[in-house]
Amino acid sequence: MTRDQLPLLTYLLRLGDDNLILAQRLGELIASMPELEEDIAVANVALDHLGQARNFYAYAGEIDPEGRSEDDFAMLRSEREFFNAVLVEQPNGDFAATMIRQLLVDAYQVPLYQALSASNDERLAGIAAKALKEARYHLEHSSGWVITLGDGTDESHRRTQAALDTLWIFSADLFAADQVEDALTATGVAADPARVRAVFDTTVTEVAAAARLTMPTDPYQRLGGRTGYHTTHLGHLLPELQWLHRAHPGATW
Amino acid sequence: MTAMTDIPTIEQLQRVAGEVCDPELPPLTLADLGILRSVEIDDQGVVVVQLTPTYSGCPAVAWIEDEVRRALNSAGCTKIRIDRVFSPAWTTDWITAEGRAKMTSAGIAPPRMLTPSIDADAQPGAANGESGATSGPIAVTIGRRVRTAVPCPRCGSTDTSEISLFGSTACKALHRCSACSEPFDHFKEI
Repeated sequence: MTRDQLPLLTYLLRLGDDNLILAQRLGELIASMPELEEDIAVANVALDHLGQARNFYAYAGEIDPEGRSEDDFAMLRSEREFFNAVLVEQPNGDFAATMIRQLLVDAYQVPLYQALSASNDERLAGIAAKALKEARYHLEHSSGWVITLGDGTDESHRRTQAALDTLWIFSADLFAADQVEDALTATGVAADPARVRAVFDTTVTEVAAAARLTMPTDPYQRLGGRTGYHTTHLGHLLPELQWLHRAHPGATW
Repeated sequence: MTAMTDIPTIEQLQRVAGEVCDPELPPLTLADLGILRSVEIDDQGVVVVQLTPTYSGCPAVAWIEDEVRRALNSAGCTKIRIDRVFSPAWTTDWITAEGRAKMTSAGIAPPRMLTPSIDADAQPGAANGESGATSGPIAVTIGRRVRTAVPCPRCGSTDTSEISLFGSTACKALHRCSACSEPFDHFKEI
């Protein structure tokens, strides 16, 4: 194993961690959604994200100098060793907040996976091409609901606008690149964050317009997730996610 | 080619693996679904099976791999390797005509063909020759799409509507038929 592969390892963990942590948050909502169809939807979306996380972790495990497995990545790392964007670890709120968070993630993942499906790394391209089909479907669902809610009653509009205002400050962390990603972008392996961001901005702006929502103007953004500096919420999420594996190491069904 | 009749041929192994059923759609086999990519024997005598998942998180994948291993074991194979292959990504277009007929008999509306495309951006970047993750056009569609009505698998009526984008498994959406008043699953086109 060469050190040249370490940036790719970090990149794969960032991709995997976004999906694992979001899957956990969505899983918390199963049986708490406003209607049965949305309980089924949230479980399906969570499962897609969990599957994507596993695919990125499986690949990461193959190039990891420590030879860690999917379970090791998911269950035995601590807060500072997770590289998900801070958006996905935010606690659940109302249905509007769930759909706004999902919209922001989907609007990011569609162009991300589309770019990665043409990656010079064939393994990464294959995982992304599969995930892209799922992300497009998720975006149809989340953007459809945001438009329905934003362009709905006064109450649903108020809540959707509040969710957008609250969660928007965590959106730029999705695109927070560093030298790790710059090197991979230069060689056509990673997606160019600026290019993904441009499509994300167009998508979110179009949905907001259709939903009669106002795009937030406060420039403050909370960054840090990509290098392991998280909001307080991840530290509370991980024990719930990891306790069984840590209490019973190696447990299997 | 078969000097020793007790050694299965590649064709036999392909049939054995292809006849394994999907646990969530029991009448359908791996061959029907188009998720069995290939069965080959490498120069070490290992039977190498390539499978492709339908969805990233399909919970049936591990079960299917175990079943393929078990079926090949029963056919006399001892050295087996199963590779999960992602590229090119599985599409419902690979489901065979027989698979579609089995779905309809099981009360599931089969997916329509994407090729020729019924969805302008269903196959992004496939034909524009882009190379590397930093070039090529990116198309994004927002909001709920209007889809042509899915024919009811029970009565054939097209007086149907979508109840939910998501259904009992990752691969299905929920619809209802206004003619026979029955709800039904639709195997989503991807």
